[in-house]
Amino acid sequence: MAAATRPPNRPPTREIDEQTDIGEVYMRSLLRAQLRRGLTVLAVVAVFLAALPVLFTVEPRLASVRILTVPLPWLLLGGSVYPLLLAASWWLVRAAERTERDFAELVERD
Amino acid sequence: MVSTDTAAWPAVLSVILVAVATLGVGAVGLRLSRTTSDFYVASRMIGPRWNASAICGEYLSAASFLGVAGLVLTFGVDILWYPVGYTAGYLVLLALVAAPLRRSGAYTLPDFAEIRLASRTVRRLASMLVVGIGWLYLLPQFQGAGLALRTVTGAPRWVGALVVGVVVMLNVVAGGMRSVTFVQAFQFWLKLTAIAVRVLILAVAWQSDGAPDPSRPQLPTVREATTVRVPDTVRLRVDEAVPVTMRGTLDGVRVDGPVVLETGRRVVEGGSEVTLPAGSVVPHVESVRAADGATWSQPLAGAGGRDHPTYRLYSLLLALFFGTMGLPHVLVRFYTNPDGRAARRTTLVVIGLLGAFYVFTPFYGAMGRIYAPDLLLTGRTDAVVLLLPSRMLPEPWATGVSMLLVAGAFAAFLSTSSGLTVSVAGVLSQDLLRGRLRSTVRGFRLGAVLAVAVPIVLSFATLRTSLADTVGLAFAVAASTFCPLLVLGIWWRGLTKAGAVAGLVVGGSLASGAVLWTIVFGARFTDAATSVGSSPGLLGALLAQPAAWTVPTAFAVMVGVSLLTRRTVPKSVGRTMVRLHTPERLVLDRGPSRREP
Repeated sequence: MAAATRPPNRPPTREIDEQTDIGEVYMRSLLRAQLRRGLTVLAVVAVFLAALPVLFTVEPRLASVRILTVPLPWLLLGGSVYPLLLAASWWLVRAAERTERDFAELVERD
Repeated sequence: MVSTDTAAWPAVLSVILVAVATLGVGAVGLRLSRTTSDFYVASRMIGPRWNASAICGEYLSAASFLGVAGLVLTFGVDILWYPVGYTAGYLVLLALVAAPLRRSGAYTLPDFAEIRLASRTVRRLASMLVVGIGWLYLLPQFQGAGLALRTVTGAPRWVGALVVGVVVMLNVVAGGMRSVTFVQAFQFWLKLTAIAVRVLILAVAWQSDGAPDPSRPQLPTVREATTVRVPDTVRLRVDEAVPVTMRGTLDGVRVDGPVVLETGRRVVEGGSEVTLPAGSVVPHVESVRAADGATWSQPLAGAGGRDHPTYRLYSLLLALFFGTMGLPHVLVRFYTNPDGRAARRTTLVVIGLLGAFYVFTPFYGAMGRIYAPDLLLTGRTDAVVLLLPSRMLPEPWATGVSMLLVAGAFAAFLSTSSGLTVSVAGVLSQDLLRGRLRSTVRGFRLGAVLAVAVPIVLSFATLRTSLADTVGLAFAVAASTFCPLLVLGIWWRGLTKAGAVAGLVVGGSLASGAVLWTIVFGARFTDAATSVGSSPGLLGALLAQPAAWTVPTAFAVMVGVSLLTRRTVPKSVGRTMVRLHTPERLVLDRGPSRREP
């Protein structure tokens, strides 16, 4: 009989629409997941980029390494940074879409 | 013997071709754009690939085309951070802004400010910033157009600026955004093809020349006897006495014939011609210290003589990372995506396309050090890309590649200024001229005229900042104002109207104060185009690259004041967060949707 006194099971979309505490929990979890991922990717890329100049200052001999006649700093900065940026963004897009799909499935169940 | 001129007519022809093609493609779009909504956002029917091409088309400006190569010639490998930063800015945009911004339903940055904070004051402030940043970014486009046309034809500088201005105005006024989207996408592919083909041809020429190493350990040296025209008076720093042939005025004395440039400071008056004999070290403008090959090719070695290279580098990176999201002509493109998911995918494609373009730019700077080091004498290194074909190739290749170059450069000027003009005009007509004109379309047209006219007039005043540096300053202002507004507005419920206003005012005035000081006074310390930030000392560096201190300050003020006024958080914030972050296909209450403008 205890079950009959509980409020009827309401769809999460309604909780969100009515801005109840439960609705807020759904929204906060979505925001937190997206923000955390975004900041993590940015931090990793930023540390990598910011570390490059330091690396060459600490170990100047690296700067004179040549690969196919191109000095290493030129190769890294002028070329290989771009595929890295593209890979990071590709991963970010996929993960963000997955999170949204999961969120949609979660709140659309009855 | 090498001279700075190539035949003028092929260049003129290619400028005309690009202008006609741009107007032609625009006219196709014009038939499709009929209502006001078309004008602003092309009815939001554009797919990620078109959109991404269009974004790249307008993003790859004169700065990336000419400026970066010129700076590489002078300052070496450190400049490669510019294109890296230009691209990485989109990663930040993708991670934090792209999808929520599209979902906000805002057409412009001021719209976003109003939707999020329900405040006319913030909206107005944002409008003024959009116009300011837009003008600051348009200025180097027009300067660059003038420079490019003068380099290849010898026409006075204002001609190029005026040509670009008029074509942009016609195109934008007639077609609005839809046609501009087609034009931009077309321009991107034109630019990418052009740069790839040229690099290939120049690389072959370089190989068949024995592939001289640009970083061989010596000072920049002319390979053949080279005549340099000095358009404006320059002060030179001569490290090694050079015997030259000169017609003009040296240190206040008329010279016509052989003379020795003795070591020390020398003043060469505007209108002089200096012929450097083959194999001589190029005397540099006073503001640039000659860099040997090792310094030039090593990171943070301070090539070119800018002090505090480490601070400058990191501050610049910060400006580029966080400034991209605040550039009005970039953001307006995100509203043309059908939904948030498409906005993300568009950004992803943009990052790929930009990378494909930027791998080519360092090559020009490196070639410039071998084949056009005489530009360091006048400091007008922005011209390096345009000069290389005539220096490296035999006829008729030189003329052909030159035409391709001029076409590409003008495509760059046209597309960037079109995009900027559309966004500045949109904001001007919606916010600052509203109520004075009955028809929205007419308001948009008047806005377009104003958007172009002001920076053209400014560009006639000969500001001596280099192209890429002026663009960097626009990024710094954007990073110190719109970046905190967008990031906090999207992710933090606690942002209040008072906090946003305080942050925009403080960040905006600090950054634009530093920019104005650098442009107006910074140039007094030096003679030439490399002048931004060459004013001495730490203060000069702090003002020339302000982002490292203005961006954190703006964030701190925005957060601090919001916390102090936390009782005034808009009541609609919960609903707004639902709108910004939930996928469109979910049926949810997202608050009242905006009416179409």
